[in-house]
Amino acid sequence: MSMSMRKKRAIGGLVTYLMVIAAYLVCQYLLATGGMTRSLRGQLVPICVWVVMAVSLNLVVGVSGELSLGHAGFMSVGAFSGIVASGWMLGAFQLENEVVRLLLSMIVGGVFAGIAGVLIGIPVLRLRGDYLAIVTLAFGEIIRNVINCLYISIDQGRLHFAFNDSNIPGELLVSGPKGGVGIDTIATFGMGFTLILFTLFVVQNLVNSRSGRAIMATRDSRIAAESVGINITKYKMMAFVTSAVLAGMAGALYGLNFSTVAASKFKFDTSILVLVFVVLGGIGSIRGSIIAATLLTILPEVLRAFSDYRMLVYAVVLIVVMLATNSPFLSVRLQRVKALLRRRNTNPGKEGEAA
Amino acid sequence: MTQFLSYLCNGISLGSVYAIIALGYTMVYGIAKMLNFAHGDVIMIGAYIAFCAMQYWGFPPVISVLAAMVVCTVLGMVIERTAYKPLRQASSLAVLITAIGMSYLLQNVALLVWGANPKSFPSVVSLGSLSLLGGQMTISGEAIVTIAACVVIMIALTLFTGKTKMGKAMRVVSEDKGAAELMGINVNLTITVTFAIGSALAAIAGVLLCSAYPTLQPTTGAMPGIKAFTAAVFGGIGSIPGAMLGGILLGVIEILGKAYVSTELGDAFVFAVLIVVLLVKPAGLLGKTVHEKV
Repeated sequence: MSMSMRKKRAIGGLVTYLMVIAAYLVCQYLLATGGMTRSLRGQLVPICVWVVMAVSLNLVVGVSGELSLGHAGFMSVGAFSGIVASGWMLGAFQLENEVVRLLLSMIVGGVFAGIAGVLIGIPVLRLRGDYLAIVTLAFGEIIRNVINCLYISIDQGRLHFAFNDSNIPGELLVSGPKGGVGIDTIATFGMGFTLILFTLFVVQNLVNSRSGRAIMATRDSRIAAESVGINITKYKMMAFVTSAVLAGMAGALYGLNFSTVAASKFKFDTSILVLVFVVLGGIGSIRGSIIAATLLTILPEVLRAFSDYRMLVYAVVLIVVMLATNSPFLSVRLQRVKALLRRRNTNPGKEGEAA
Repeated sequence: MTQFLSYLCNGISLGSVYAIIALGYTMVYGIAKMLNFAHGDVIMIGAYIAFCAMQYWGFPPVISVLAAMVVCTVLGMVIERTAYKPLRQASSLAVLITAIGMSYLLQNVALLVWGANPKSFPSVVSLGSLSLLGGQMTISGEAIVTIAACVVIMIALTLFTGKTKMGKAMRVVSEDKGAAELMGINVNLTITVTFAIGSALAAIAGVLLCSAYPTLQPTTGAMPGIKAFTAAVFGGIGSIPGAMLGGILLGVIEILGKAYVSTELGDAFVFAVLIVVLLVKPAGLLGKTVHEKV
């Protein structure tokens, strides 16, 4: 890779960081001056969660080039293990410090989601294309189904697990179809912001590293990459598991933001929602994912009056964007416009002044 | 034993519905190499049309089913022409996401037109249930009609793809689009006809599904759609007998799993079987393994 391209990438990464930090400062300012409505304030943590979800899915879909339709499954593993970890730390060790507890819960959520990612990745990454997509979908549904039957309670600092049976001693932390109940809502916007920065750090460093280039090489041409000695399974796995860990951390943050969270929150539609963020933001573009996730999470709040048409608009926008960016009829025209602009940029003296 | 037989019968009946839906998926995949995620929602639209025809306009069931088939056929062709045709050369990811968008669009249009409240679907089958083994076991009229419809459709499709000019054209296009075009086959027309047939089958499947499980709402088609797709993959996507076999096996596994393992885990069971099959036979039960050429 040439030096100038590297420089460009580094500057691009820096811009993304600055954008996120600026957005955080603006939010803090608005919070301090009271310029933020109640409903919008409630959306701050979810926005952070969806941003992390989108960026981490982009690592699989954009950078690694594999379509995953089960990203919500990792989020739900993270959410429920995070909820249980938080309840356990409070019950067993009387850990009152909320920041420490939240941080540890997120780590636990990430670890469990990472384990799920390894277990799922081993079989899934042997498959290709549409088959891979359908198997990730299947895993997402299995995870949801299993959590739907799971009962976990805490009694005198000990965790009790049961399957399809709510008669366990102590206070229920996870109650089958009702999901997490009586959750201590300790998630904070500051932690969400920190998680976004952490995600950016991990993803951007991975993408710009030797491993990242290997991952992209397997995406662009599996056969060519294999022939120069790149271990395809290893690098695909790396992207998949990293993404799962980040989704798990986001899930834990999400779970600890509400007093109850049902497993049905993390169904197929949620995976698709995150995919929509990634696609609308531009597949492979991290900054695009952040912007799309933020705007599309705020949009329904702003468009409360039109909430009936919200998903309809979503659907239409999705189809139109896909047609506009992929149909040969339109892309030929786009290319021409781009070529025209490029010519102007390279010869600013002649045409730039004339224009 | 009779208990088991009646579960098996229910399973085959549900599986027949999956098989009819899966046929639509598999034909479209075979020919256009795309996952038509909106297929499940075409089922739902078909069921709503039949519901309206019977409840509001007072048509007899047979005419209602025909009306649903006509509407779904047109809908399928319109979807193909507007959303999928421009993306023939695009990556499969782009097409898949467009199909997901289309699925959302249909669901939300249905939500706006018919509302979110579930409607109770009247059965189109007036056949009484059949008593066997001296009354120990009954098979519902719906189950009999569903299984019969599935067999008839299967035979008709096999004859169609084997004997008719259009059917042969479909097979050629799915094998090699470029060569088919050189032989003077209208590829675009063939693909559109495939979508039309698949959508008409979806309408039949929708009516049969809702006759057996009579709650109709905008999301009715989503889960059967996903499962039927699973069935198509299970049997080997692109293969018509595979879709049939996959559908029926899946229905039986689901009902038996729900009856003997756990009611809540029925769906998980279905997906777990799919994963195991794909790991052992990545091309499905009856699918052809295609070797990659460099």
